[in-house]
Amino acid sequence: MEKKYNALRLHETDNVAVALENLKTGEKLVVQGLDTEIILQINIPYGHKVAVSTILQDQKILKYGECMGIATEDIPAGNHVHVSNVRGLNEEDKTAVFLKGGVVG
Amino acid sequence: MKTFKGYRRADGSIGVRNHVIIINAAGELASLTKKIAQMVPGVIPVVHQAGQSHSQEDVEQTKKAIIGTAGHANVSAALFLGMGLDDSTNEIVEVLKMRGHSVHCIHLNKSTLISEAIKESKLWLEQALEKSKKEQRVTADIKELIIGLECGGSDAWSGITANPAIGSFSDAIVKDGGTSILAETTEAVGTEHILARRAINETVGQRFLDIVKRYEERARAAGEDIRVANPSPGNKTGGITTLEEKSLGCIKKGGNSTLMEVIDYAHRPKEKGFIFMDTPGYDVESVSGLVAGGAQIVLFSTGKGSPTGSPIAPVIKIGTNTNLFKNMPEHIDVNTGKIMDSNYSIEDSGEEIYRKVIDVANGEVTASEKHKNQEFSIWRLAETM
Repeated sequence: MEKKYNALRLHETDNVAVALENLKTGEKLVVQGLDTEIILQINIPYGHKVAVSTILQDQKILKYGECMGIATEDIPAGNHVHVSNVRGLNEEDKTAVFLKGGVVG
Repeated sequence: MKTFKGYRRADGSIGVRNHVIIINAAGELASLTKKIAQMVPGVIPVVHQAGQSHSQEDVEQTKKAIIGTAGHANVSAALFLGMGLDDSTNEIVEVLKMRGHSVHCIHLNKSTLISEAIKESKLWLEQALEKSKKEQRVTADIKELIIGLECGGSDAWSGITANPAIGSFSDAIVKDGGTSILAETTEAVGTEHILARRAINETVGQRFLDIVKRYEERARAAGEDIRVANPSPGNKTGGITTLEEKSLGCIKKGGNSTLMEVIDYAHRPKEKGFIFMDTPGYDVESVSGLVAGGAQIVLFSTGKGSPTGSPIAPVIKIGTNTNLFKNMPEHIDVNTGKIMDSNYSIEDSGEEIYRKVIDVANGEVTASEKHKNQEFSIWRLAETM
């Protein structure tokens, strides 16, 4: 079957997509069900995450429609989202997720 | 209304298989149990090492798991091999008989000749097989299906293809009135606040937080800290950034439905819909607990081709990537790697899994059944005395 896209967004509210192959700087990001013109700012290894919209510092990283971490700096669309710019949740964040369904941002 | 054809039991439950089994009540009888099963083709041996010299907590857990297994809807009749006064066989058999199950118990003790016990076992099993062949499938509502959700031999794609596809199926069957049970407490550490938020009420949410805490404390007492070990350096190389992300990849097998109930190992759900069972991450013990809790079918995602099956429930292997499907075609029932290769969505894969579940419920043999992968092991909580 013809391959139509190179990254997968697991939930419609996610701000990251997962690279389905090794993606190269300058390549166009093609995500199923998402109509954007994002050009990759950096190489993204397969299985790794790429921002599909600009994520500001302290905003939540959404994957599977859930908060999986907090951005530690501004991450422009098309950039790698990983350990250098994301932290896990602390107890305060978790309480916020548990009580309100989300954290700040 | 979605339906399937299964075997209606005296207690009202419905099975998708019609097995005659022989099961040992104590570890000492494991080999004899296998030997007798080999003498009567068609009989399935359910063997394990549990039974005696365990803590009270473990004795109760073993009893629960054995009652759930021998009294399972997929079982037409069960023969127990016991050791006499030292085990719980008589008590277990009485409970099952009262529920209308076809069960019988043979004790090996100082007054029994082994050859006599074998003769009696063979006779009972042959008669049970004859009777089982006359039982017919009848139409049942999909609402009566309980599906266990499991993963083993995961890879970098498990959380991207197979688990979300299973989650999409889980949401669909819950919507149709059926039940899905997510398991593996250890794999949920880091997402307890997220799953607890999905609970139907505060009590259920708190119960989930409690079982995760209990599990972590037990692990810590054994010198392990699940939160420090995860995500591992290998996980990070594979693209996993946080503990929350890693666990989300696992619990996504449970889709997005409301969490209706949190149950102990091998316990039957009282509610319908999406349920969580407290089990270890070890797939053999986890699958055994899910099945003992009433799951007629288990969905099992794997990236590395784990062959784990069950003696009495069909286990459907959901492969995470197309290479695995090509390399191990005899082991994989559904390839969700198509999500990566083509214009095939997670929902398309979820629908494919649903069709497979109905086919298997109607009698289609799974890869693990074809290969007679019949692993069975009961989760142990404490030391052996």
